[in-house]
Amino acid sequence: MEATVYLLFILVLSIFLGFELISKVPSTLHTPLMSGANAISGITIVGAILLAGRQEDPVSAYIGAAALVFATINVIGGYLVTDRMLAMFHAKDKSNPKDRN
Amino acid sequence: MTLEICYILAAILFIVGLKRLNSPTTARNGNMLSAVGMFLAVAATLCSGDLDYRYIVAGLVIGGAIGGAAARMIEMTAIPEMVALFNGFGGIASLLVGWGEFHSGRTELGSGTLAAIGFAVVIGGVTFSGSVTAYGKLSGKIAGRPVMFTGQQLANAILLIVTLICSALMVAGPGFAADYRLFAVIAVLSLVLGVLAVLPIGGADMPVVISLLNSYSGLAACAAGFVILNKVLIVSGALVGASGIILTKIMCKAMNRSLTNVLFSGFGATVASHGAKTEGAVNPMTPDDAYYVLEAARSVVIAPGYGMAVAQAQHVVRELGQLLEDNGCEVHYAIHPVAGRMPGHMNVLLAEANVPYDQLVEPDAVNSIMETVDVGLVIGANDVVNPAARDDKNSPIYGMPVIDIARARTVFVLKRSMASGFAGIENPLFFRNNTRMLFGDAKSTVSALVASFKA
Repeated sequence: MEATVYLLFILVLSIFLGFELISKVPSTLHTPLMSGANAISGITIVGAILLAGRQEDPVSAYIGAAALVFATINVIGGYLVTDRMLAMFHAKDKSNPKDRN
Repeated sequence: MTLEICYILAAILFIVGLKRLNSPTTARNGNMLSAVGMFLAVAATLCSGDLDYRYIVAGLVIGGAIGGAAARMIEMTAIPEMVALFNGFGGIASLLVGWGEFHSGRTELGSGTLAAIGFAVVIGGVTFSGSVTAYGKLSGKIAGRPVMFTGQQLANAILLIVTLICSALMVAGPGFAADYRLFAVIAVLSLVLGVLAVLPIGGADMPVVISLLNSYSGLAACAAGFVILNKVLIVSGALVGASGIILTKIMCKAMNRSLTNVLFSGFGATVASHGAKTEGAVNPMTPDDAYYVLEAARSVVIAPGYGMAVAQAQHVVRELGQLLEDNGCEVHYAIHPVAGRMPGHMNVLLAEANVPYDQLVEPDAVNSIMETVDVGLVIGANDVVNPAARDDKNSPIYGMPVIDIARARTVFVLKRSMASGFAGIENPLFFRNNTRMLFGDAKSTVSALVASFKA
């Protein structure tokens, strides 16, 4: 019980921190924000690894392996596509030949 | 101990990474930091002890290959459906973690853990099937219009209540075998609920739905964190949950509608013409004539919408913008928060086409100077430039903040036909004296304008 309360405490503080952080993100970056945040939500990968590696219970390991595939797609795909998007954002720079073609 | 420290470091990197997303100059680095945090959390978990690596390696390799390939090959116009699908994958992963823990825990699970499993399964299940439905709508695999039937809201409410009752029963714990049946019922009902909840929502309301599902995927990770009592899952899940909630709020505000209205009203399902009848004639124009006006213009505001994405016109639009600038004209792109199918969709497309982000401005920034703008160029946008939202109290979108392009000296509207937007609302902009319609595919119209400039 005490452990749960402690975790709830962390949860509430993190939500407030999240509000503070995200409300400062400009609307230009909302799509990369969303896909980047999505990649972070793939943190379930940690739970999936622990489950997939469980030796004493094969059924749980199968379920964990399936969870791991989905979570890994979420993490790898999410970070890579966010990086691809963010690489395209650039400021106005007249000396940059890419702007002038 | 080392494991916990690595998790703390990972959480710090996620937080700093999100913080650096507050400017386009630092955002890429921020995403990198966040990825390093994820790598750290995964590496630390892999080293944490007595694990059988066979399935782990298989899962990481298969998932990594699929995710990597998808991220590389996806077209920028298809980003909304991809993000929707990834959201869903996060949700199903949390559901499966809940299931696996339930299966291996058997009779030893305390009621707290069972409750957490219930949350992980319900939120994860709704996120997964809801996201897959949203993916279907966004990619055009199923009808994008709202799917409604009588008693829909009642059915959804009953479904939700039954799911919650089953979860409560499971937590009360009548024994493992009975619990397992309850577990299966909860999982199936959650999946059905996700589909039914997203079906009545129309394509143009997708920015809200994706934001909300984004938030759910975070909350599902959070619930999974409570199942395995892992702090890094809780912190990261909460950050994502908060992010999704904020985006949902911004999207609703940009449409001047409440979240309940977006989720339950089936906006756009009824194509009744509300509001005052529009008067005046439609004035079509050829690109050749439009060129002479643009050629003389000193300031131009471009308002892109979903139509630009559909026509894949972002590259020619940028070319036109560049030619206008070379001609001594001031060019701004006014981006409405709900233009496109997800928050910031237009910004990414224009960034892909190499438009500098400082030229992308929010409606407020141009509305104040709109009277001084020579030409407002509407490309595939409709409801977000509808002056009825400002003038017509009877219009269903009255009060929605719009790009006030109607107040520009001349307005060119690039449009396929005279069909109305998602809300089925007539747009008086098309009938105004200072408006000229350029009918046809946005890409070929803009290409024609570009060709005139180059000639």
